[in-house]
Amino acid sequence: MNEVLARGADRKHDDDARSEAGAAYADAHENAPAHQSKRHDSAHLHVAGRAPYTDDLPEPPGTLHAYLGLSSIAHGRIATMDLAEVGKQSGVVAVITGHDLTHNDASAWQIGDEPFLTTEKVEFLGQPVFLVVATSRNAARRACQHANIEYVEETPILDVDQARKAGGRTVIDGMTLSRGDADRAIADAPRQLSGSMLIGGQDHFYLEGQVAFAIPGEDGTMTVHSSTQHPSETQMLVAHTLHRPAAMVTVEVRRMGGAFGGKESQANLFAALAAFAADRLGTPVKIRPDRDDDMVATGKRHDFRADYEVGFDDDGRIHGVKFKYAARCGFSADLSGPVTDRALFHCDNAYYWPAVQAVSEPLFTNTVSNTAFRGFGGPQGMVGAERVIDEVTYATGLDPIEVRRRNFYGEDERSLTPYYQEIEDFVLPRIWEELLQSSGYEARRETIRQNNREAKGFMRRGIALTPVKFGISFTATHLNQAGALVHVYTDGSIHLNHGGTEMGQGLNTKVAQVVAAVFGVALDQIRITATSTGKVPNTSATAASSGADLNGMAAKLAAETIRQRLVDYAVSEHGVPAEQVVFRDGRVQIGNREIGFQELVEEAYTARIQLSATGYYRTPKIHWDRTSGRGHPFYYFAYGAAVAEVEIDTLTGEYTVEQVDILHETGNSLNPAIDIGQIEGGFIQGMGWLTTEELVWDQTGRLRTHAPSTYKIPLASDIPREFNVRLAEWSRAHEPTVFRSKAVGEPPFMLAMSVLHALSDAVASVADYKICPRLDPPATPERVLMTIERLRAEAAAAD
Amino acid sequence: MTTENTSLERSAAPSIRRALRFILNDRPIHLDRTAASDTLLDFLRIDKRLTGTKEGCAEGDCGACTVLLGRPDADDELRYESANACIVLMGMIDGCHVVTVEHLSPRGGPLHPIQQAMVDEHGSQCGFCTPGFVMSLYALWMRKPDPDRLEIERALQGNLCRCTGYAPIIRAAMAVTALPAEDDPVLSERERITGILQSWNDGSRLELTAPPRDNGSEELGSAAVEPSDVPYEGDVSNTDNALNNRILRPASVDDLAQLLEENPDARIVAGATDVGLWVTKFMREIGPLIPVGHLTQLKKIEEVDGTLRIGAGASYTDALTELAGRIPAFAPLLWRIGGNQIRNMGTIGGNIANGSPIGDMPPPLIALGAILHLRKGSEQRKLPLAEFFIDYGKQDRREGEFVEAVSVPLPSPEAHIAFHKVSKRRDEDITACLGAFHLKLAENGTIETLRIAYGGMAGVPKRAKTVEKALTGKPWSSASVDAALAAFEEDFEPLSDMRASAEYRMMVAKNLLRRFFAETQDRQLVGAEAAQ
Repeated sequence: MNEVLARGADRKHDDDARSEAGAAYADAHENAPAHQSKRHDSAHLHVAGRAPYTDDLPEPPGTLHAYLGLSSIAHGRIATMDLAEVGKQSGVVAVITGHDLTHNDASAWQIGDEPFLTTEKVEFLGQPVFLVVATSRNAARRACQHANIEYVEETPILDVDQARKAGGRTVIDGMTLSRGDADRAIADAPRQLSGSMLIGGQDHFYLEGQVAFAIPGEDGTMTVHSSTQHPSETQMLVAHTLHRPAAMVTVEVRRMGGAFGGKESQANLFAALAAFAADRLGTPVKIRPDRDDDMVATGKRHDFRADYEVGFDDDGRIHGVKFKYAARCGFSADLSGPVTDRALFHCDNAYYWPAVQAVSEPLFTNTVSNTAFRGFGGPQGMVGAERVIDEVTYATGLDPIEVRRRNFYGEDERSLTPYYQEIEDFVLPRIWEELLQSSGYEARRETIRQNNREAKGFMRRGIALTPVKFGISFTATHLNQAGALVHVYTDGSIHLNHGGTEMGQGLNTKVAQVVAAVFGVALDQIRITATSTGKVPNTSATAASSGADLNGMAAKLAAETIRQRLVDYAVSEHGVPAEQVVFRDGRVQIGNREIGFQELVEEAYTARIQLSATGYYRTPKIHWDRTSGRGHPFYYFAYGAAVAEVEIDTLTGEYTVEQVDILHETGNSLNPAIDIGQIEGGFIQGMGWLTTEELVWDQTGRLRTHAPSTYKIPLASDIPREFNVRLAEWSRAHEPTVFRSKAVGEPPFMLAMSVLHALSDAVASVADYKICPRLDPPATPERVLMTIERLRAEAAAAD
Repeated sequence: MTTENTSLERSAAPSIRRALRFILNDRPIHLDRTAASDTLLDFLRIDKRLTGTKEGCAEGDCGACTVLLGRPDADDELRYESANACIVLMGMIDGCHVVTVEHLSPRGGPLHPIQQAMVDEHGSQCGFCTPGFVMSLYALWMRKPDPDRLEIERALQGNLCRCTGYAPIIRAAMAVTALPAEDDPVLSERERITGILQSWNDGSRLELTAPPRDNGSEELGSAAVEPSDVPYEGDVSNTDNALNNRILRPASVDDLAQLLEENPDARIVAGATDVGLWVTKFMREIGPLIPVGHLTQLKKIEEVDGTLRIGAGASYTDALTELAGRIPAFAPLLWRIGGNQIRNMGTIGGNIANGSPIGDMPPPLIALGAILHLRKGSEQRKLPLAEFFIDYGKQDRREGEFVEAVSVPLPSPEAHIAFHKVSKRRDEDITACLGAFHLKLAENGTIETLRIAYGGMAGVPKRAKTVEKALTGKPWSSASVDAALAAFEEDFEPLSDMRASAEYRMMVAKNLLRRFFAETQDRQLVGAEAAQ
């Protein structure tokens, strides 16, 4: 049994011990059951196949099924569209085109550049053109094949380089971050270099694809069960499409089978079209695309070209740096503005750039409109930063650890970001040094270099340590707000609802732990309920790692409101000071008297005390001005670091990840097991992005990697042979977050940069570490082998 | 080479049965209106509302729809194996026990130890892939209650999880506790289930006619009715649709030969790991359908006079014991074909008959000098496997003919054999380039015979004849190998696609020969890989 497995077992025992320890434990640990490794609230349902997802909900009699007809060219015009045959297919009830939709606007909440169903212009291959509604999904899907559409084709612009060549049209204005005179600093530095890299995109590959189920109600109302991270936006878009007030539309989400950003805006089209068809036909309508259509027709992580120029000295200190981040955005803006902004916000990763200029180019292309994906542009920004560090490391011949250390953020003027926010919580050096020690990095690196130099066979090893600093908050300041609704019933049970959505990240469990802590009751006394726009309105997407920070705080405030009412009642009824009313272990201490929580609740009810409350939270301190490029967009930063060791086969470019050691901080973790799960899962997802997950479009603009047979996400056998993940237990949020915990959704994704750099280190061995490999992600076996060959050729030429 | 022909005696026609019979969890089911293209997953989710089994990809790659299929083997023992319900066609499950996740624990009752371990180790996050993982682990647990990490990873090669990074799932698999067989919902019922399935085994042929497609009422409100138990009375036999959608399940191999002769357009499926996608991805009509997965006669792997005869219906899982047991170089390759679900259902014969240039079995078999056995009616024919592959999408298979077996002369113990597959992802991926090498050295260290075959390098699985020729008779040395590399350019002109570029394929093809050479210089290395 290796270490990772052993520790897993320990965690389980800890959990058991904690739940059994009861009162004694509560004394020792403030805020129980928060900070405990509680299992996911639906775990027992997941494993039994009894956790219903949208497609599993019972279908009322008369339910119809919709399917999308997609375009077969990447750019051009629809000359004629004959759907008569489609309508004649057995089971078909209705065929809907964009002409039927008076509000044909899937991006009504963005900038209005994306129709649900295109009527004339075709802007990518796979663009939705029409909708078939039939008595079964199979019938609707089969009928779609009978469309007769003639196109007038035009030349598509498919990638960043083509887009630049064609004039560099953008889908939204780019942004510039600038501090100091970067040109001057680079020119004045002792040494300069420049380069360019490609950074691949990524499909979300949520296991549950897009799905929506619309059920019409009385008097024009509509309920939509949608697999959406953003129920409020989905609600607004459905209302807009139906020409109804938002109050007549309810969007409900019990759970999603994964989302990762892919259901932040991309779920809207499915929900709105299902609702439109349901409204028109007066019967429930469900829509669920096949996996291939889902991958072809919905947006992905943006692929980038990052150009860089850097001025530095022989000590590896960077004096100035310039970046251009050009992104393939697809045919519409969607979230490309904030995504490319976040790439710039993370062009520093953990490093202080004395003078910096970073520019984004959100480029229009005739490809699917790219969208949010865990990290939201940040990972691409950070990969660019680490490439610059790598270049300086090879150019100076210094130790990569030392170059990184010398460029880390520091005190005073060395704490200023390219966007003029002061870094106040820079705990990275402590993480860095602790991980260096615990991973035995330096000795292992020594051994690897020696073995590589002496190796007779074809295998080479590589090792790398890379840091992560990630900004927490929506950069659109207004989104940093949340609401919650808590009811206490007279039997003492507690109903919890909040605006966040559950996509597997354990948000509901964490928020319930917070509420249980406030009332001093057991976790199983809290009933978590489906997210509904009818319960908590005007919510933000569950995104930007903010779910627990925002909703946990809102729920805490709601619970505290009720608890305060109970305290006030106890004070007035029993004449004790407020501080002598203590909620703990399902009981309430009132002076010398102790009664059950339920007893107090019942007394309060009888005394006509309100036992229901809403909670509302908005993140303090943050502000951002995009035009000036200055502000305080992030409430705080989350930090971590990872060491990866890999082995490559220099004959084929294939590799294995031998060992990964991670130290990551999540503040005073609300749930260590869930946080470790986010770190392990985020890391592997990030590793997939940087290694085997390759999106390939052919020259007609057709996505060739449109299913798991061709698009390869990591498997169980791809994970590190030894995988050591630790939380920095000493970590506490610098800001007053919920119980001083920190966000964990996105930051660990970028720990996987260690794998890319370890592969790069192994590749560099073939040229005796003298040439920067410039290994661009995704580092597929092919890329690794081709880079090896290039380095060998360059080394031979240099000799 | 010349084709050899033989004739067999014809046997009497079997009796005809007109209802599909199988057991779903604890209930026998009879269906008399099922179409060739109906999938098990749709039946479970739509007709039976057993929604624990999920659809993740509808192409057998993600494992979210994993169920267990209990099938009687040649000795009438029930063998439970995992399968992807999305590409299991209903016609294939006649006489099987289908077990879904719902069967593992009673509603509201205690969880199965596998499920409990997944809960305790935080093995689910979004939970959508989880039932599939539970079923794959359950299949593993039935075979091996205390698996090691390698066995767990292999058991999970066909299951994708996007949330957890797998670590907690592996921890769960290692933490599963024992459960006495009498408390296990499947093991405790084994005898009863076997009894029912045996009582159905009457040597009959199944002929099913499909219902009319989407007449507007068939699938609506299916939650409320039990279509399975109500005989269908409508007249559908005259429609083309119904004819095309027929299921003809042969009683025996002879019956298969007869059915295929009478219905030359019929589609043979064993595991449907490819044909299933024609239905789920291309919505193609595949009927009439002739399922053959139950013909144990076709699954035999037998050694006769130094030749191994592999029945066309032998699965990759069968091959792992019977084939890799005799030619160990097959083991590492077989472990890289699909996931367990695919290896359980996919067959050697199917991999050959389908004619793909990236099938993983033909190159090794060609390198070993395999002979293909074909049959049409009572006529049998054999030819060298390499000659079966005429061109991309074109094989030497005549109307009404089927692949009955492939036979391999067992290589001499002195022969050097290696099969190297290269793909973007190590496991459960389709080949970018596969090299199969079979070398015999003369006493003086020169190359006596060398057979090299590649997959992914041409429109068909293809021998590297120029390379072979360049090396034969030469000393087996690094210099000879290096000198022969240029010959690859004459043998192959690979394509670029989403799996690999032509340049990479060519470079890797050459390097695999270099790897093979290096391995023959170090038997230990070969041994280590084979033992994996």
